[in-house]
Parts: sequence; C-alpha cells; structure tokens
Amino acid sequence: MKSLEELRAIRAKMQGKVGVRAENENQIRVVVGMATCGIASGARPVLTALSDAVQEQNLSEKICVTQTGCIGLCQYEPIVEVMEPGKEKVTYVKMTPEKALEMLRMHLLGGQVVTKYTLSAVQDGLK
Amino acid sequence: MPEIALNILDIAENSVRADASLIGITVSVQPEEDTLTVSIKDDGCGMTPEEAGKVLDPFFTTRTTRKVGLGVPFFKQAAESAGGSFQIDSEIGKGTEVTAVFRLSHIDRMPLGDISSVIHTLIVFNEPVDFRYTYRYGEKSFVLDTGEMREILGTEISFREPEVSAFIREYLETGKEETDGGTEI
Repeated sequence: MKSLEELRAIRAKMQGKVGVRAENENQIRVVVGMATCGIASGARPVLTALSDAVQEQNLSEKICVTQTGCIGLCQYEPIVEVMEPGKEKVTYVKMTPEKALEMLRMHLLGGQVVTKYTLSAVQDGLK
Repeated sequence: MPEIALNILDIAENSVRADASLIGITVSVQPEEDTLTVSIKDDGCGMTPEEAGKVLDPFFTTRTTRKVGLGVPFFKQAAESAGGSFQIDSEIGKGTEVTAVFRLSHIDRMPLGDISSVIHTLIVFNEPVDFRYTYRYGEKSFVLDTGEMREILGTEISFREPEVSAFIREYLETGKEETDGGTEI
C-alpha cells in the first residue's frame, strides 16, 4: 500500500522551491468544456492530455489549463478555448488528445493557430 | 456515456457547481450481492423538492447556455437499464446525495471505466473542494481523503504540482488494485 507519508517527503523536498503560482497577466489560459456534453464526447482525456503535457514540459508558468461548463455549442464538443493576452480568443472544436497536443505544439508554443480545428473552419465547411 | 466513471465525473461536477466544500464519492462493488453501488454526496446549496423532482426531466436545467440537462437522466437510465435503481435526495442549504445501484452481472451494465483517472481529475482541477473517495470491493476498502493530504502538504503546495499530481494518481491506482485485486469491473 502506498502511504500518504510519501507526501511528507515531497513537501520537504519542495520547501522553498514553490514560487508564487499566482496567475500572471501574460499567462495563456486554456479552457476545456467539462459539462455533460463535453464529458460525453470525450473531454476528460483531452483535459488530461493537455494538463499532463504542460506539467511534463514545465510550461505551467506560461500556460494554465482549466475547465469550464457548457458554452452552448454542445454539438462541437470537446471544445478547447485558448485565451492569450492581447489576442482574440481561439475556439477549437471536436478535439481529441492527439489534436490537443498538436495544438499545444503549433499554437501555444509555436504561435501558429491550427486553423483546421477551429470553430470557424468547421462552420465554414458546413456552408 | 460509455462508462460509469464518466457519469460520476458529470454528477460530481454538479456538486462543484453547487458550491460544495466536501464531496463524498463511494463506489462499492459487492460480487456476492451482485451489486455495484455509486453514491455522490455533497454539502452544496441543495435543491427544493420541486427542483429535485425536475432534475430527472431531460428538459430541465439551470443553465442558460442550452435547454436540456441530461447528466442526471443519463445516470438514472444507466442504472435502471442494468436492473438497478436510482435515488436523489436533496435538501436546500444542506446538500444533495445521488445514489445509483447497478446489477453487477447485468448484460447492459456499462463498465466502471477509469475511475482512478476520474477521481484524479476531480481532485486536481477542483482544489478548493475536499473529496473523500471510498472504493469497496467485497469486504476490502480503500479511502482517499484530500483533507488528510492537505494537512500533510500544508496550504502552499498545490495538488497540481507534478510530483503531487503523480502521487495522487499512483495512490488511487495502487489503492484500487489492492482492493479489487485487478478484477475487470
């Protein structure tokens, strides 16, 4: 059985290393819709993939992954919104963990919006 | 929804939105009684008897972004179509408890799914809320109480710190494994 005592060791190791985690103004906010519509269409693996990647690549100073409720576009779930300071919000639709990681690499790190996965691209495709 | 675990995530998100400070989640698998029981209990704002009656209606929701509310109806249907039962008890100002019983061997019972990941997601993404998760299999049981973890960690270390987050996930996974011996549920 793993013991909670291991947390004591983690705490001791991290003492003094924990910087201010307050949200800074320049942080990119990545929001995943996690209402019934999102969950039913597979938002949980998307949220996990994004937050794991941000942690593994030590990006949590730059990128903050959070969850939200339903924004009323249930047919397009899983939805990931990217809010970058000083830029227009980008809405990615019908996401999968793979698409989300591609978006992380191209957009969040590379600064290049992955247009083909955005809401406007999908809506234009329907016209 | 393809898994019981995802239903649990959805219903527990309702508790978060109801401003709960403590959410108790119990999953009890009893092969001898042929039952799988899920209970989600919160100390959130609760509902009036009228509202509690209406949540079973797929066309009722308090959201303004859409006109349907399928979370509770989905969970109820999943339990009842697997030869089980569903109950919701709520009191305004006190909280809400949702209980679903599934017949374990029923052909239409959906799999439990990745319950450890779901509990991990709930804990890590809703840090201000305390979770008390109990997993039972027969006589054996396993408990994770975020209040206890918070006491050890102090207030300044977040559950989102990679090491803490990884510990929580592993703790949940080994706890489950030791309780049910790795049985597919």
